[in-house]
Amino acid sequence: MAKHGDIVIDIERCKGCEVCLAACPHSVLALSPEVNKKGYHYTVKVNEDCTGCTNCAIVCPDAVITVYREK
Amino acid sequence: MAENLIKPENLVYKKSGIMTDRVLHYCPGCGHGTAHRILAEVIEELGIQNETIGVAPVGCSVLAYYYFDVDMQEAAHGRAPAVATGIKRVMPEKYVFTYQGDGDLAAIGTAETIHACNRGENILIVFVNNGIYGMTGGQMAPTTLIGMKSSTSPFGRDIKTMGSPIKMTELVAQLPGTYYVTRQAVHKPANVRKAKKALKKALEYQKLNKGTCFVEIVSNCPSNWKMTPVQSNEWMEENMFPYYPLGDIKLPQDENKK
Ligand SMILES: Cc1ncc(C[n+]2csc(CCOP(=O)(O)OP(=O)(O)O)c2C)c(N)n1
Ligand code: SF4
Ligand code: SF4
Repeated sequence: MAKHGDIVIDIERCKGCEVCLAACPHSVLALSPEVNKKGYHYTVKVNEDCTGCTNCAIVCPDAVITVYREK
Repeated sequence: MAENLIKPENLVYKKSGIMTDRVLHYCPGCGHGTAHRILAEVIEELGIQNETIGVAPVGCSVLAYYYFDVDMQEAAHGRAPAVATGIKRVMPEKYVFTYQGDGDLAAIGTAETIHACNRGENILIVFVNNGIYGMTGGQMAPTTLIGMKSSTSPFGRDIKTMGSPIKMTELVAQLPGTYYVTRQAVHKPANVRKAKKALKKALEYQKLNKGTCFVEIVSNCPSNWKMTPVQSNEWMEENMFPYYPLGDIKLPQDENKK
Protein backbone atom coordinates (compact mmCIF):
# COMPACT_ATOMS: atom_id res chain seq x y z
CA MET A 1 0.00 0.00 0.00
CA ALA A 2 1.20 3.49 -0.75
CA LYS A 3 2.76 5.33 2.15
CA HIS A 4 0.90 8.15 3.82
CA GLY A 5 2.15 11.67 3.69
CA ASP A 6 1.11 15.13 4.70
CA ILE A 7 2.02 18.67 3.78
CA VAL A 8 2.14 22.04 5.49
CA ILE A 9 1.47 25.08 3.32
CA ASP A 10 2.83 28.49 4.26
CA ILE A 11 -0.27 30.23 2.92
CA GLU A 12 0.98 33.78 3.43
CA ARG A 13 3.91 33.15 1.06
CA CYS A 14 1.79 31.38 -1.56
CA LYS A 15 1.16 33.40 -4.74
CA GLY A 16 -1.52 31.10 -6.12
CA CYS A 17 0.42 30.24 -9.27
CA GLU A 18 -1.17 26.74 -9.38
CA VAL A 19 2.00 25.03 -10.62
CA CYS A 20 1.79 22.53 -7.73
CA LEU A 21 -1.78 21.52 -8.55
CA ALA A 22 -0.91 19.63 -11.72
CA ALA A 23 2.27 18.22 -10.16
CA CYS A 24 0.28 16.25 -7.56
CA PRO A 25 -0.49 12.69 -8.73
CA HIS A 26 -3.34 12.39 -6.22
CA SER A 27 -5.22 15.66 -6.80
CA VAL A 28 -4.62 16.68 -3.21
CA LEU A 29 -4.34 20.39 -3.96
CA ALA A 30 -6.72 23.15 -5.01
CA LEU A 31 -6.89 26.92 -4.70
CA SER A 32 -8.78 28.34 -1.74
CA PRO A 33 -11.77 30.59 -2.40
CA GLU A 34 -10.29 32.96 0.24
CA VAL A 35 -7.26 35.15 -0.32
CA ASN A 36 -4.18 35.68 1.88
CA LYS A 37 -2.89 39.06 3.12
CA LYS A 38 -1.28 39.75 -0.24
CA GLY A 39 -4.58 39.08 -1.99
CA TYR A 40 -3.65 35.79 -3.58
CA HIS A 41 -5.84 32.69 -3.57
CA TYR A 42 -3.59 30.11 -1.95
CA THR A 43 -3.10 26.37 -2.24
CA VAL A 44 -5.00 24.14 0.18
CA LYS A 45 -5.34 20.41 0.76
CA VAL A 46 -8.68 19.05 -0.38
CA ASN A 47 -8.32 15.36 0.48
CA GLU A 48 -6.25 12.97 2.60
CA ASP A 49 -4.60 11.11 -0.28
CA CYS A 50 -1.14 12.63 0.08
CA THR A 51 1.69 10.11 -0.19
CA GLY A 52 4.46 12.57 0.63
CA CYS A 53 6.02 12.29 -2.83
CA THR A 54 7.34 15.90 -2.65
CA ASN A 55 6.30 16.73 -6.24
CA CYS A 56 4.32 19.81 -5.20
CA ALA A 57 7.11 21.14 -3.00
CA ILE A 58 9.85 20.81 -5.60
CA VAL A 59 7.96 22.67 -8.33
CA CYS A 60 6.98 25.53 -6.01
CA PRO A 61 8.98 28.63 -6.94
CA ASP A 62 8.36 30.12 -3.50
CA ALA A 63 9.16 27.05 -1.40
CA VAL A 64 5.90 27.30 0.53
CA ILE A 65 5.29 23.56 0.94
CA THR A 66 6.90 21.34 3.57
CA VAL A 67 6.38 17.60 3.13
CA TYR A 68 6.19 14.74 5.63
CA ARG A 69 6.05 11.01 4.91
CA GLU A 70 5.53 8.13 7.33
CA LYS A 71 8.68 6.10 7.86
CA MET B 1 -6.03 10.19 8.36
CA ALA B 2 -5.81 8.82 11.85
CA GLU B 3 -2.16 9.41 12.62
CA ASN B 4 -0.47 12.82 12.75
CA LEU B 5 2.50 12.60 10.40
CA ILE B 6 3.73 16.13 10.95
CA LYS B 7 6.76 15.47 13.12
CA PRO B 8 10.45 16.03 12.53
CA GLU B 9 11.31 12.36 11.93
CA ASN B 10 8.88 12.25 9.00
CA LEU B 11 10.19 15.38 7.29
CA VAL B 12 11.07 14.73 3.62
CA TYR B 13 11.13 18.23 2.16
CA LYS B 14 11.56 21.72 3.51
CA LYS B 15 12.90 24.99 2.17
CA SER B 16 16.69 24.93 2.13
CA GLY B 17 18.47 26.84 4.88
CA ILE B 18 20.61 28.40 2.13
CA MET B 19 17.52 30.37 1.06
CA THR B 20 16.91 33.37 3.31
CA ASP B 21 13.42 33.99 4.68
CA ARG B 22 12.80 36.97 2.42
CA VAL B 23 9.70 36.66 0.28
CA LEU B 24 10.81 36.38 -3.37
CA HIS B 25 9.80 39.41 -5.41
CA TYR B 26 9.25 37.28 -8.54
CA CYS B 27 5.85 37.11 -10.20
CA PRO B 28 3.63 34.11 -9.35
CA GLY B 29 4.87 30.93 -11.04
CA CYS B 30 8.12 32.44 -12.34
CA GLY B 31 10.86 29.83 -12.83
CA HIS B 32 13.49 32.09 -11.24
CA GLY B 33 12.25 31.05 -7.79
CA THR B 34 12.53 27.35 -8.55
CA ALA B 35 15.97 27.81 -10.11
CA HIS B 36 17.13 29.68 -6.98
CA ARG B 37 15.69 27.02 -4.73
CA ILE B 38 17.45 24.06 -6.35
CA LEU B 39 20.77 25.89 -6.53
CA ALA B 40 20.43 26.63 -2.80
CA GLU B 41 19.60 22.97 -2.13
CA VAL B 42 22.71 21.85 -4.01
CA ILE B 43 24.93 24.27 -2.06
CA GLU B 44 23.43 22.90 1.15
CA GLU B 45 23.84 19.25 0.13
CA LEU B 46 27.47 19.80 -0.86
CA GLY B 47 28.09 21.61 2.44
CA ILE B 48 29.81 24.53 0.71
CA GLN B 49 27.85 27.51 2.05
CA ASN B 50 30.96 29.19 3.44
CA GLU B 51 33.00 28.50 0.32
CA THR B 52 30.49 29.70 -2.27
CA ILE B 53 30.42 33.14 -3.87
CA GLY B 54 27.61 34.07 -6.24
CA VAL B 55 27.44 36.88 -8.76
CA ALA B 56 24.02 38.45 -9.41
CA PRO B 57 23.05 39.97 -12.77
CA VAL B 58 20.88 42.83 -13.90
CA GLY B 59 17.39 41.64 -14.79
CA CYS B 60 14.57 40.27 -12.67
CA SER B 61 17.12 38.28 -10.68
CA VAL B 62 19.08 41.43 -9.80
CA LEU B 63 18.07 40.90 -6.17
CA ALA B 64 19.34 37.30 -6.06
CA TYR B 65 21.74 38.38 -3.31
CA TYR B 66 18.76 38.85 -0.98
CA TYR B 67 17.75 35.24 -1.35
CA PHE B 68 20.94 33.18 -1.19
CA ASP B 69 22.56 33.02 2.21
CA VAL B 70 26.06 32.92 0.71
CA ASP B 71 28.50 35.68 -0.17
CA MET B 72 27.22 37.51 -3.23
CA GLN B 73 28.44 40.29 -5.49
CA GLU B 74 26.30 42.34 -7.85
CA ALA B 75 27.72 42.84 -11.34
CA ALA B 76 27.01 45.54 -13.90
CA HIS B 77 24.60 44.40 -16.64
CA GLY B 78 26.11 41.44 -18.51
CA ARG B 79 29.42 41.55 -16.68
CA ALA B 80 28.83 38.71 -14.23
CA PRO B 81 31.26 36.26 -15.93
CA ALA B 82 34.01 38.91 -15.85
CA VAL B 83 33.34 39.67 -12.18
CA ALA B 84 33.25 35.93 -11.41
CA THR B 85 36.57 35.51 -13.25
CA GLY B 86 38.17 38.07 -10.96
CA ILE B 87 36.73 36.48 -7.83
CA LYS B 88 37.77 32.97 -8.84
CA ARG B 89 41.29 34.00 -9.77
CA VAL B 90 41.84 35.76 -6.45
CA MET B 91 40.16 32.96 -4.47
CA PRO B 92 40.60 29.80 -6.56
CA GLU B 93 39.53 27.56 -3.66
CA LYS B 94 36.02 29.08 -3.60
CA TYR B 95 33.02 27.81 -5.56
CA VAL B 96 31.98 30.70 -7.81
CA PHE B 97 28.75 30.94 -9.80
CA THR B 98 26.96 33.54 -11.87
CA TYR B 99 23.18 33.61 -12.23
CA GLN B 100 22.02 35.43 -15.36
CA GLY B 101 19.01 35.98 -17.58
CA ASP B 102 19.13 35.83 -21.37
CA GLY B 103 19.11 39.61 -21.82
CA ASP B 104 22.02 39.85 -19.43
CA LEU B 105 24.00 36.88 -20.73
CA ALA B 106 23.13 36.81 -24.43
CA ALA B 107 22.72 40.50 -25.30
CA ILE B 108 24.70 43.08 -23.35
CA GLY B 109 26.97 40.40 -21.83
CA THR B 110 27.69 38.30 -24.93
CA ALA B 111 31.37 39.22 -24.97
CA GLU B 112 31.88 38.46 -21.29
CA THR B 113 30.04 35.15 -21.61
CA ILE B 114 31.94 33.94 -24.64
CA HIS B 115 35.36 35.02 -23.45
CA ALA B 116 34.95 33.64 -19.94
CA CYS B 117 33.90 30.31 -21.48
CA ASN B 118 36.70 30.49 -24.03
CA ARG B 119 39.28 31.12 -21.33
CA GLY B 120 37.80 28.17 -19.50
CA GLU B 121 37.30 30.00 -16.24
CA ASN B 122 36.54 27.52 -13.47
CA ILE B 123 33.14 28.95 -12.67
CA LEU B 124 29.52 27.85 -12.97
CA ILE B 125 27.32 29.96 -15.21
CA VAL B 126 23.59 29.49 -14.57
CA PHE B 127 21.68 30.86 -17.55
CA VAL B 128 17.94 31.35 -17.13
CA ASN B 129 16.48 31.68 -20.62
CA ASN B 130 12.91 32.96 -20.79
CA GLY B 131 13.26 34.43 -24.27
CA ILE B 132 12.48 37.97 -23.18
CA TYR B 133 13.63 40.94 -21.09
CA GLY B 134 11.44 40.33 -18.06
CA MET B 135 12.45 43.14 -15.75
CA THR B 136 12.10 46.01 -18.18
CA GLY B 137 8.69 45.07 -19.55
CA GLY B 138 9.00 42.31 -22.11
CA GLN B 139 11.26 43.66 -24.85
CA MET B 140 12.67 41.28 -27.46
CA ALA B 141 15.81 39.42 -26.40
CA PRO B 142 18.36 37.75 -28.69
CA THR B 143 16.70 34.50 -27.56
CA THR B 144 13.12 35.53 -28.45
CA LEU B 145 11.61 32.87 -30.71
CA ILE B 146 10.85 33.43 -34.38
CA GLY B 147 7.38 34.92 -34.64
CA MET B 148 7.19 35.53 -30.90
CA LYS B 149 5.56 38.80 -29.92
CA SER B 150 7.25 41.13 -27.47
CA SER B 151 6.85 44.82 -26.70
CA THR B 152 9.55 45.62 -29.28
CA SER B 153 8.46 42.98 -31.81
CA PRO B 154 4.69 43.50 -31.67
CA PHE B 155 4.18 41.68 -34.98
CA GLY B 156 6.43 38.81 -33.95
CA ARG B 157 10.17 38.34 -34.38
CA ASP B 158 11.07 38.51 -38.04
CA ILE B 159 14.32 36.79 -39.09
CA LYS B 160 14.97 39.19 -41.93
CA THR B 161 15.21 42.27 -39.76
CA MET B 162 15.92 40.78 -36.34
CA GLY B 163 17.95 37.65 -37.02
CA SER B 164 17.36 34.24 -35.50
CA PRO B 165 17.22 33.40 -31.81
CA ILE B 166 20.74 32.75 -30.56
CA LYS B 167 21.55 29.38 -29.00
CA MET B 168 24.18 30.48 -26.52
CA THR B 169 24.45 27.08 -24.94
CA GLU B 170 25.31 25.27 -28.20
CA LEU B 171 27.67 28.14 -28.99
CA VAL B 172 29.69 27.93 -25.77
CA ALA B 173 29.73 24.12 -25.99
CA GLN B 174 31.99 24.46 -29.04
CA LEU B 175 34.63 26.34 -27.08
CA PRO B 176 37.45 24.18 -25.70
CA GLY B 177 37.22 26.11 -22.41
CA THR B 178 33.85 24.64 -21.42
CA TYR B 179 33.81 21.36 -19.51
CA TYR B 180 30.14 20.60 -18.92
CA VAL B 181 27.28 22.21 -20.84
CA THR B 182 23.65 21.25 -20.42
CA ARG B 183 20.12 22.56 -20.95
CA GLN B 184 17.42 21.90 -18.36
CA ALA B 185 14.01 23.15 -17.19
CA VAL B 186 12.28 23.52 -13.80
CA HIS B 187 8.55 23.52 -14.53
CA LYS B 188 7.73 19.88 -13.68
CA PRO B 189 8.92 17.56 -10.92
CA ALA B 190 11.05 15.34 -13.22
CA ASN B 191 12.69 18.40 -14.79
CA VAL B 192 13.40 19.92 -11.39
CA ARG B 193 15.11 16.71 -10.27
CA LYS B 194 17.25 16.57 -13.43
CA ALA B 195 18.15 20.25 -13.31
CA LYS B 196 19.19 19.91 -9.70
CA LYS B 197 21.46 16.97 -10.56
CA ALA B 198 23.01 19.04 -13.34
CA LEU B 199 23.73 21.94 -10.97
CA LYS B 200 25.23 19.55 -8.46
CA LYS B 201 27.54 17.99 -11.04
CA ALA B 202 28.54 21.42 -12.29
CA LEU B 203 29.57 22.58 -8.82
CA GLU B 204 31.35 19.31 -8.09
CA TYR B 205 33.32 19.63 -11.33
CA GLN B 206 34.58 23.03 -10.19
CA LYS B 207 36.95 21.22 -7.86
CA LEU B 208 38.64 19.58 -10.86
CA ASN B 209 39.71 22.90 -12.42
CA LYS B 210 38.82 21.65 -15.88
CA GLY B 211 36.92 24.65 -17.20
CA THR B 212 33.61 26.43 -17.29
CA CYS B 213 30.37 24.63 -16.47
CA PHE B 214 27.33 26.14 -18.17
CA VAL B 215 23.80 25.20 -17.15
CA GLU B 216 20.94 26.72 -19.13
CA ILE B 217 17.48 26.59 -17.60
CA VAL B 218 14.74 27.22 -20.15
CA SER B 219 12.12 29.10 -18.19
CA ASN B 220 8.93 31.11 -18.37
CA CYS B 221 7.92 34.73 -17.95
CA PRO B 222 4.18 34.52 -17.35
CA SER B 223 3.85 38.28 -16.87
CA ASN B 224 5.46 39.37 -20.12
CA TRP B 225 4.29 36.38 -22.14
CA LYS B 226 0.88 37.51 -20.88
CA MET B 227 -0.25 34.07 -19.76
CA THR B 228 -1.10 32.37 -16.50
CA PRO B 229 1.86 30.47 -15.00
CA VAL B 230 0.35 27.11 -15.98
CA GLN B 231 -0.35 28.30 -19.56
CA SER B 232 3.16 29.71 -19.79
CA ASN B 233 4.66 26.34 -18.86
CA GLU B 234 2.57 24.63 -21.54
CA TRP B 235 3.56 27.28 -24.08
CA MET B 236 7.18 26.78 -23.10
CA GLU B 237 6.96 23.03 -23.74
CA GLU B 238 5.27 23.53 -27.10
CA ASN B 239 7.35 26.43 -28.38
CA MET B 240 10.60 26.89 -26.46
CA PHE B 241 11.66 23.23 -26.15
CA PRO B 242 11.62 22.45 -29.90
CA TYR B 243 14.06 25.32 -30.49
CA TYR B 244 15.96 24.91 -27.21
CA PRO B 245 15.91 21.12 -26.72
CA LEU B 246 16.60 19.88 -23.21
CA GLY B 247 19.55 17.62 -22.45
CA ASP B 248 23.31 17.51 -22.12
CA ILE B 249 25.22 19.26 -24.88
CA LYS B 250 28.78 18.67 -23.73
CA LEU B 251 29.83 16.06 -21.23
CA PRO B 252 33.25 15.73 -19.63
CA GLN B 253 35.50 13.57 -21.84
CA ASP B 254 35.65 10.44 -19.67
CA GLU B 255 31.91 10.45 -19.05
CA ASN B 256 31.36 10.41 -22.80
CA LYS B 257 33.36 7.21 -23.08
CA LYS B 258 31.36 5.37 -20.42
C1 LIG C 1 23.67 49.17 -18.99
C2 LIG C 1 22.22 48.84 -18.89
N1 LIG C 1 21.49 48.73 -20.02
C3 LIG C 1 20.19 48.43 -19.96
C4 LIG C 1 19.58 48.23 -18.76
C5 LIG C 1 18.09 47.90 -18.71
N2 LIG C 1 17.84 46.50 -18.40
C6 LIG C 1 17.62 46.09 -17.15
S1 LIG C 1 17.27 44.46 -17.04
C7 LIG C 1 17.39 44.28 -18.73
C8 LIG C 1 17.17 42.96 -19.41
C9 LIG C 1 16.87 41.83 -18.48
O1 LIG C 1 16.49 40.70 -19.17
P1 LIG C 1 17.01 39.24 -18.81
O2 LIG C 1 18.46 39.24 -18.60
O3 LIG C 1 16.47 38.32 -19.86
O4 LIG C 1 16.39 38.92 -17.39
P2 LIG C 1 14.89 38.66 -16.90
O5 LIG C 1 14.46 39.99 -16.36
O6 LIG C 1 14.08 38.20 -18.08
O7 LIG C 1 15.04 37.62 -15.86
C10 LIG C 1 17.72 45.49 -19.33
C11 LIG C 1 17.88 45.68 -20.77
C12 LIG C 1 20.37 48.35 -17.59
N3 LIG C 1 19.86 48.14 -16.38
N4 LIG C 1 21.68 48.66 -17.69
S1 SF4 D 1 3.51 15.51 -1.52
FE1 SF4 D 1 2.88 14.54 -3.48
S2 SF4 D 1 0.92 13.52 -2.99
FE2 SF4 D 1 1.32 14.99 -1.31
S3 SF4 D 1 0.23 16.88 -1.93
FE3 SF4 D 1 2.37 17.08 -2.65
S4 SF4 D 1 2.31 16.30 -4.76
FE4 SF4 D 1 0.41 15.58 -3.77
S1 SF4 E 1 8.72 39.67 -15.16
FE1 SF4 E 1 8.93 37.57 -15.92
S2 SF4 E 1 11.03 36.92 -15.43
FE2 SF4 E 1 10.51 38.72 -14.18
S3 SF4 E 1 9.77 37.92 -12.21
FE3 SF4 E 1 7.98 38.33 -13.53
S4 SF4 E 1 7.60 36.37 -14.57
FE4 SF4 E 1 9.69 36.26 -13.73
